[in-house]
Amino acid sequence: MALRKVIGTETEFGITVLNQAGFNPVEASSAVVNAYVGSRSRIRWSFDEESPGRDLRGIGVIERPGFDFETGLVNTVLTNGARLYVDHAHPEYSSPECIDPWSAALYDKAGERVMVEAVRAAQQLLGPDERMVVHKNNTDGKGNSYGAHENYLIARSIPFDEIVRSLTAFFVTRQIFTGSGKVGSENGRPPVDFQITQRADFFEEEVGLETTLKRPIINTRDEPHADPTRYRRLHVIIGDANRSEMQTFLKLGTTALVLDAIEDGVFADPIELVDPVQEVWSVSHDPTLQYAMETVDGGAMTALEIQWQYLGVTRDYALSIGVAPVWMRVLDEWEKILIDLEKDPMITADRLDWTAKLRIFEGYRSRDGLGWNDPKLRLLDLQYHDVDPERGLYQKLVDRGAMRRLFDDEEVESAVTEPPDETRAFFRGACVRRYPDALVAANWDSLVFDIGEETLKRVPMMEPLRGTRRHVENMLDASPTAAMMIRALGGNDG
Amino acid sequence: MAEQERAQRSSDRTDAKSEQTEVAATGSAEEISERIDDLLDEIDTVLEENADEFVKNYVQKGGQ
Repeated sequence: MALRKVIGTETEFGITVLNQAGFNPVEASSAVVNAYVGSRSRIRWSFDEESPGRDLRGIGVIERPGFDFETGLVNTVLTNGARLYVDHAHPEYSSPECIDPWSAALYDKAGERVMVEAVRAAQQLLGPDERMVVHKNNTDGKGNSYGAHENYLIARSIPFDEIVRSLTAFFVTRQIFTGSGKVGSENGRPPVDFQITQRADFFEEEVGLETTLKRPIINTRDEPHADPTRYRRLHVIIGDANRSEMQTFLKLGTTALVLDAIEDGVFADPIELVDPVQEVWSVSHDPTLQYAMETVDGGAMTALEIQWQYLGVTRDYALSIGVAPVWMRVLDEWEKILIDLEKDPMITADRLDWTAKLRIFEGYRSRDGLGWNDPKLRLLDLQYHDVDPERGLYQKLVDRGAMRRLFDDEEVESAVTEPPDETRAFFRGACVRRYPDALVAANWDSLVFDIGEETLKRVPMMEPLRGTRRHVENMLDASPTAAMMIRALGGNDG
Repeated sequence: MAEQERAQRSSDRTDAKSEQTEVAATGSAEEISERIDDLLDEIDTVLEENADEFVKNYVQKGGQ
């Protein structure tokens, strides 16, 4: 039986400072995070390992004498339950855990707003001629890529081989509606004018643990941040960072539904590709969507044909078990996008970043007679992703009503500060807001409090669906101090 | 069956929102295409000044 799919995204942002001699991306990224946190309380992120199986019942309290903090890293947790930090040379926002793709897309968008504010704050620290620019993209166009990862909580009981077998062709072909578009190719791939995705050129293996080199289509990182006897976190690294809200919703929603269907064993005979790694970039390199790839049963199928099969199986499955409206919306939008892509990809320019960009590029090419190797097209390619609402081209499209939105500004602003109700992110975010002085460290699956006693108090959260608003809000309301909250939890079986 | 909880896997709030029409793009695809020249003019006003230099200096190492 399929598990509820707890979903979250992680985005590494591109960063640069114009007119700054000796620009250092690590320092700039640190400045962004520090400036955002600024007067807001600083909660450290803890890298402490969890003890497996320690907390099967839910929330409790563990005494932790001599807790060893890892400090010195720029790393914090926000009142919406997200994590904001520096990952290598990039500022990164990891969304709070969400229970459906609608909410996950909203919190992903909220991460862009966080970054806008962070850049504004960091800009105050710069010299008069210096200007910080942050992009929600995945490549510098010179062979350096950075990730936009998706996370899905899945059942530990599903054999990993089965996931790989059923999911690979889906990941190779979903690119046609998950890509954010790119001028040219990189990483030794054949030259191309324009391609569907930012990331495809960087995938070199079918399955593996790496995320920074020899990237695999399916990543095997096994770090559930939850009870490892029950759960696996599928860490998906093959996607692009999307500006389009509909695109993020589609990417997360279709993937979660396909995972449900795999967990319930409906992909008895999945489509398998002869050379999935090569097909990743072959699909990406053909914006006409006509390219057909070889399947192990000797056939040749286009990405659209393969997606239609996945949609068919997944829809039959979803209808047979009965799903909530948000998942019906996923199926509906999935079908619409395939119909439109089949008719004419440009019809999707109001929903997909790659076609929206392509329309701008073609506009410039025809107006100014630009060749595909003109630096101006590469600049447009980058600036589409600029998070600055005054400069980012995505935002220009939104302002003109040329890009469909799922959320209004008010909802996004609210998601910047308020955690989602339905997961442990609620408890995390609420504690950051309510007990900033006592909360000394946090991570995905625990919080550590100093309530003035000899030992620090650690609250494990090994169940992502515990610690919701429904579970803890009354208790929090009745606990004006962290000490009272810890006492309340101590007398509580969770 | 994949659990009755699936039926309520999303909060009512989220479902209600997802069923509402989103903040829709205004105009048909054709109308939008007609406005593309307008759009390019607007982009011209915000585009970074020196494309060559901006692109050349844009290097992003150390990512996943």
